[in-house]
Amino acid sequence: MPALTPPPLPSEDKRWKIVNGTMRKNGFARHALIETLHTVQSSFGYLDDDAIRFVAESLRIPLSQAYGVATFYHYFSLKPPGEHTMTICTGTACYIKGTDKLVMAAEKRVGVTQGNTTSDGKISLMTARCVGACGRAPVVLTDGELHGQMSSEEMLAQLERWAVE
Amino acid sequence: MTIDELDQIAKSVQIEIGKFDHEINVCMGTGCLSQHSDGLRDALAKAVAASGRKAMVRRTGCMGLCAAGPLVFIDPEGILYQHVKPNNVDTVIDHLGKEPVPELQCNLREHFDQQVHIVLENSGRIDPENIDDYIARDGYRALLIALNDMTPTGVIRQITESGLRGRGGGGYPTGLKWSTVAKAVGDMKYVICNGDEGDPGAFMDRSVLESDPHRVLEGMAIAAYAVGASKGYIYVRAEYPLAVSRLTTCLREARRRGILGSSIGNTAFSFDVEIRLGAGAFVCGEETALIASIEGKRGTPKPRPPYPAVSGLWGKPTLINNVETYANIAPIIRKGGRWFASIGSERSKGTKVFALTGKIKNAGLVEVPMGIKLREIVEGIGGGVPDGRTFKAVQTGGPSGGCLPAEMLGLGVSYDALMAAGSIMGSGGMIVMDDTSCMVNVARFFVEFCMTESCGKCIPCRAGTAQMYTLLTKICDGSATMDDLALLEDLCGTVKEASLCGLGQTAPNPVLSTLKYFRQEYIEHIVNKRCPAGVCTIHAPVEVLA
Repeated sequence: MPALTPPPLPSEDKRWKIVNGTMRKNGFARHALIETLHTVQSSFGYLDDDAIRFVAESLRIPLSQAYGVATFYHYFSLKPPGEHTMTICTGTACYIKGTDKLVMAAEKRVGVTQGNTTSDGKISLMTARCVGACGRAPVVLTDGELHGQMSSEEMLAQLERWAVE
Repeated sequence: MTIDELDQIAKSVQIEIGKFDHEINVCMGTGCLSQHSDGLRDALAKAVAASGRKAMVRRTGCMGLCAAGPLVFIDPEGILYQHVKPNNVDTVIDHLGKEPVPELQCNLREHFDQQVHIVLENSGRIDPENIDDYIARDGYRALLIALNDMTPTGVIRQITESGLRGRGGGGYPTGLKWSTVAKAVGDMKYVICNGDEGDPGAFMDRSVLESDPHRVLEGMAIAAYAVGASKGYIYVRAEYPLAVSRLTTCLREARRRGILGSSIGNTAFSFDVEIRLGAGAFVCGEETALIASIEGKRGTPKPRPPYPAVSGLWGKPTLINNVETYANIAPIIRKGGRWFASIGSERSKGTKVFALTGKIKNAGLVEVPMGIKLREIVEGIGGGVPDGRTFKAVQTGGPSGGCLPAEMLGLGVSYDALMAAGSIMGSGGMIVMDDTSCMVNVARFFVEFCMTESCGKCIPCRAGTAQMYTLLTKICDGSATMDDLALLEDLCGTVKEASLCGLGQTAPNPVLSTLKYFRQEYIEHIVNKRCPAGVCTIHAPVEVLA
């Protein structure tokens, strides 16, 4: 089989080199798709069409398959995140400790439903299916930092701080 | 690396520890880290240096009692301090070698005394990223014993004799699984560690991977030797960044010491491990879906047979075990299968780690011998339900399991007893609920989870869980009739019987078990339009019979 030339990097942005590095480390093998998408998400914050197209072409995977994988797994996001992200854990232990009330209060405060970002791009409101810190339920992640035994007041105060920043 | 070299390392660790009068262990598991135990560790180290005391400060993995964090354990005195804040640091140092600080001391004898630690024997005792700490506690000894003194068949015989069953929830006999892979013909075989702990409310695997990662690597290496594999994968959730970073460090250390790589222990055995990150799909806990995910595809399950033991990763014979299963291997090889089989109940041997959470005083990670009564876990170890409320149910097995009421608390914990009671052992989530939880709402919560997590490949699961969810929502909001309840029960049977993989086959369990033990609550919602726990908002008015 003739060696296929990999496509050029989509732009001058140095982060594409990091993405390319993951694929090179895996010998541009097709099974590196999920690994590579992880690198894209950690470098760019989300997967956009250009990124999925570039990775699919580089790994010689049909675009439909790459898109299928990107949308199958909850961890991958196809939308850019806000400046700040509030992730509320909705695992069983957190649910028993009333996390649904936290979600409702947060949705009311920021005016978007979970899974979305405010129109000014400031705050993303997300939910997670258990982050494995159940002993500290209910748990909320603020920009990835874990806080246990979260009260509604404390959470709303954080949202308030972000909103006026 | 040889056994003599292991002894050398263990000895030098002992000498190093011997230079100190006290060991101050600071829990840096996820629970305590979220309460800034890293800063606490630094403060303790600084205070020790300033005081001139001969004490070492060590970062450790999870000490179990997450609800009381940050935790600090002082050796050799054996004192556990809870809720330690940076401003307590000087007091803690002052009291070294004297009476413990009364207001910080954690005296929960009933919590610790009934536990038996095999899987967690090193958790909270060693620095998880320090390979020498692990070696000093008999680490990698079992691997070298297996490689030097045992045949692969001999290893499998010990595992079979131990009676160990898969800790991921299925309870398949581990020895049998290993011998099937060992007998399978193939030029290449793989060993996979399933660390895709997707069950909400469970964090055993996370804790083991964060607190004692070398133990999992050792178990995998022994398994690889036994079945004839040379390559392993650990599939970990991307949601567990600390576990991933500790594993990465440990893999590098193990390679550097020649414990992974080629010619391990100067034998012909070669083995290496790669980490694969999950991407948030509960179904990937199913073995064929997990394999698809490692291959870079969508995590959809395949019909079995062929089982992965015959045709798994890239069509090659593959052994898949859960994190906790691998964590049991090294002690079995060191102490013998018979020793392990002497612990536990008749058909469930050894111990089980549970993540005890929900409405319970002493929430955290516990390890108990199989056969222990649920009551002893909930009321003894767990300390019962707080705030003067009454116990209502304990949920085991996550979305695949069921809710057991107070009258079932006398049940001994084993794979078969839990199954017979309408729940399952599962991977080890154990969530306690009090009278403020509505069981219909709980069932709806789990069905919603399964509906969202269904991969969509087979119709009974994809459409069935969605219809179950609609019916349960109707019951919760008071608009359902008794016909809807009959339809729900009928549908549960269909989804259970006709789904392709474990996700769908077990998705009705939370509904069936709550119907079995809490049927009256369903009827209250439907007939009297009332939620006894006051959780559901009922819109429909009570129908007045003419």
